[in-house]
Amino acid sequence: MTTEPDSSADAAEPRGAASATAPPTDPPPAGGPAAASSGKARVGVADLIFKNLTRTAGIGLLALIAVIATFLVLRATDALSANTGNFLTTEEWFPNASPPKFGVAATLYGTVVSAAVAMIIAVPVAVGIALFITVYAPRQLSSILGYIVDLLAAVPSVVYGLWGLIVLAPHMKGIQLWLNDYFGWIPLFDADSVGRSLFVASVVLAIMILPIVAALSREVFLQVPIAHREAALALGATRWEMIRVAVLPYGKPGVISASMLGLGRAMGETIAVALVLPASFNISEHILSPAGNTIAANVANGWGEANDIGRGALIASGLVLFIVTMIVNILARAIVARRREFSGSAA
Amino acid sequence: MTTATVSGPAVDGTADRLGLRGQSLPRWVPLAVAAGAVVVSLLIYLLTPVDSEIQIVLMAAVVFVIAMTAISTAVEGGRRARDRFATTLVYTAFLLAVIPLVAVLVSVISKGVGRLDADFFTHSMNGIGARDVGGGIYHAIIGTVEQVLLASVLAVPFGLLVAIYLVEYGRGRISRMISFFVDVLTGLPSIIAGLFILAFWVLALDQGFSGFAGALALAVLMIPTVVRSAEEMLKLVPNELREAGYALGVPQWRTILRVVVPTALPGIVTGVMLAVARVAGETAPVLLTVFGTNLINSNPFSGEQSSLPLYIYSQAGQPQQFAVDRAWSAALVLIIIIMVLNLIARLFAGRNRLK
Amino acid sequence: MATRIDVNGLTAYYGKFKAVADVNLTIEPKNVTAFIGPSGCGKSTVLRTLNRMHEVLPGARVEGRVLLDGEDLYGAGMDPVNVRRTVGMVFQRPNPFPTMSIYENVIAGLKLNGVRKKALLDERVEESLRGANLWEEVKDRLGRPGAGLSGGQQQRLCIARAIAVEPQVLLMDEPCSALDPISTLAIEDLITKLKSSFTIVIVTHNMQQASRVSDATAFFSLEKTGDPGRLVEFDKTSKIFSNPTEKRTEDYVSGRFG
Ligand SMILES: Nc1ncnc2c1ncn2[C@@H]1O[C@H](COP(=O)(O)OP(=O)(O)OP(=O)(O)O)[C@@H](O)[C@H]1O
Ligand SMILES: [Mg+2]
Repeated sequence: MTTEPDSSADAAEPRGAASATAPPTDPPPAGGPAAASSGKARVGVADLIFKNLTRTAGIGLLALIAVIATFLVLRATDALSANTGNFLTTEEWFPNASPPKFGVAATLYGTVVSAAVAMIIAVPVAVGIALFITVYAPRQLSSILGYIVDLLAAVPSVVYGLWGLIVLAPHMKGIQLWLNDYFGWIPLFDADSVGRSLFVASVVLAIMILPIVAALSREVFLQVPIAHREAALALGATRWEMIRVAVLPYGKPGVISASMLGLGRAMGETIAVALVLPASFNISEHILSPAGNTIAANVANGWGEANDIGRGALIASGLVLFIVTMIVNILARAIVARRREFSGSAA
Repeated sequence: MTTATVSGPAVDGTADRLGLRGQSLPRWVPLAVAAGAVVVSLLIYLLTPVDSEIQIVLMAAVVFVIAMTAISTAVEGGRRARDRFATTLVYTAFLLAVIPLVAVLVSVISKGVGRLDADFFTHSMNGIGARDVGGGIYHAIIGTVEQVLLASVLAVPFGLLVAIYLVEYGRGRISRMISFFVDVLTGLPSIIAGLFILAFWVLALDQGFSGFAGALALAVLMIPTVVRSAEEMLKLVPNELREAGYALGVPQWRTILRVVVPTALPGIVTGVMLAVARVAGETAPVLLTVFGTNLINSNPFSGEQSSLPLYIYSQAGQPQQFAVDRAWSAALVLIIIIMVLNLIARLFAGRNRLK
Repeated sequence: MATRIDVNGLTAYYGKFKAVADVNLTIEPKNVTAFIGPSGCGKSTVLRTLNRMHEVLPGARVEGRVLLDGEDLYGAGMDPVNVRRTVGMVFQRPNPFPTMSIYENVIAGLKLNGVRKKALLDERVEESLRGANLWEEVKDRLGRPGAGLSGGQQQRLCIARAIAVEPQVLLMDEPCSALDPISTLAIEDLITKLKSSFTIVIVTHNMQQASRVSDATAFFSLEKTGDPGRLVEFDKTSKIFSNPTEKRTEDYVSGRFG
């Protein structure tokens, strides 16, 4: 689960452990003065070395991120300065041509649309599964199911991609034709022909993130105190009303962050999408048409034949993906934090 | 106490003065409706040009939900019907989700066992084209094992140290920044980790593709998981244990290493095993940094290697049946490895006395 | 209004474990009945069978009959949801819904029953909070989280929430055990006041409390751990505390046991 950025610092606050080395402004913890003073006498070289070792590791983490980000940006700017198109609005992807012309518009569009459709399919079902396991299923069954969902969440995405390509894609033809026949008047479902489309990729992504979101939501629902559930039932709530009054409000922040994790996974998923999608570079609202691409899949596909500029272009598109997933994560955290404020005083 | 006869003459049992009664459907009704829904959609399947199994299943689900809701609204009414509707939806969602997830496992097992012979485990793809039968995953297994081990060797001690810093010493801006970037790394798409190492190690430092480059990318993915799980476990260690250490005059670093970490160890191992299981299945970062090869290369520090996920990806991308068969078998092997890692994690979780 | 409860041959199980056996007692309307007895003897279990909350736990089941004004709660055609609306419950630990304000907590049950009119809800909130002796303390901050109140206030909020749906009976399981003496006193006053409108059953470990607030007292006990708990004696509170029939009751109320 995501944690507030400062939670670890808060948690460290009351620890007597830190008192020996804490700045003097920190009040010694209750019952700790003796321990603190005897500790202070013994703060030896070894203690200092160990503390600084762990601190170096922590700072090393920051340095690692800084260094890597710098090199990514450097590589990307080389390619971007050679670009003859507008990187953000161009749909074509010809970074290996001379002059190179490429943009992230089409792949970013595919990334966002496929992940969004996957979320729309997966999140309600995942919440349903989590509710089934925690509220509806008999106890023995529920622990077995919880275990199975955890295992499914660990199945690698390449396996979902393989299955999506070989097994699912052929079966998706009928339903796509049907959607086109009956809902074709909505531009989204209008298509000249159907095949391995963004929609198929979305379904594969949905199936892939389903166990992840369900496993996390299940954990959240398990944490709803029995007292709240019983309080609702004792007021004469039906099971569904109990869920609505006690389980969902309590679990909402957790479900949101589980969904956002799923969204992040869906947007960053490379292999499953690269296997399913035919890789084309145009923005089209017809999600049933055999076309589409995502940033991640484009990196995997375009990688082999890329020249120097091509690699830089792929790295630049990766940076865009990184920024988008970061925005999603930060938004999710903001939503979760806002909702916690109200219930926060309760905890 | 003598005014106890407020309720007057014995109330007629059927009058329901207190409003305690309610209509409720017998337990067999949902089952019967489900069976009916299946029959109806099968009929539609046979009598109309609908030809996709997915549609049949979805149609059965829709028929079931509508019929149950209608019956329940008529018989039970109001709030009970709404409760029934929710129950119906939850059960339906569950059953609908089970189908594809079970289908994935069934496909992998049924299509994967075909090539699980001794040859498969002892041979590489040297000289085997997509159209050729035979070939194996020996080189891929070596690659996966080496890369994941190297990644663990890099990420686990490092992540553990960071976690110790955050829990035992951390306070103020730096630790908050570290914590924030650990979160950033947690949400990092795995292909970005690959691009990171590609830009930095492979291209900028010109180290070339190697198993080690892959291990670096996997380590980037492992670190946040290790930090977070170790952090959670260390926080659960009761403070009294630390204080007991100081009261005895044991220096802090020894208390941490001899008391705090061992207490949290089973939980930390669980987290590490889950992280290992996750990166063992990663394809994208390995694709960008290890590159892949058909040959056996047991030196992770120089030259291209293969790995199981990479192997599955490259075989699956070829339209020949023999290649696809190899992909399924490799997928089965990979899933089994990951399940075993998960089981080990569970065993350690069972030993966890914290929480 | 309030209602009489007849318990006939009640036996309650948790899975295979028989927690209480063969309880028979009659709870008079507009009375406070106290359940006392050593820990684990099944007081909470019996209490929870009175509004069918027992069966909420996985594997838990009940044999025997509980008659509410002559109607068996466990009879065919009975709706546990309606039973629980008629027989309200207050728990040991105050459990206001953490995501709701004080106002929303009080109307939670009403909303479930489809009451939507703002004026009516406002009226009920004031009425229930006054009934729970909490109105004066919270009337200016009805929109604040219910969980922000003190423990004693939270418990009175839970009582307000329970009486807002106008039940016939109010069950309270050690409602003061998590509270300080002053809050306890406030709740005891409240119980005395509420008994003019409700039939009240209260579980307590506090002998003084039982003798202060209750009209009748049921003493439960068990032979040894693993055995089911049983009702030992049930009588007017004055009788139980001054001159009980059973030796075991006397030992317990005089503090020689448990
Ligand atoms: N959820 C449960 N599952 C299994 N057994 C239970 C459960 N709740 C209670 N029991 C058992 O049933 C018996 C009666 O428990 P109960 O809670 O009714 O006792 P009590 O008189 O209320 O005790 P206390 O005064 O400690 O609250 C005990 O032996 C207890 O261990
Ligand atoms: Mg009890």
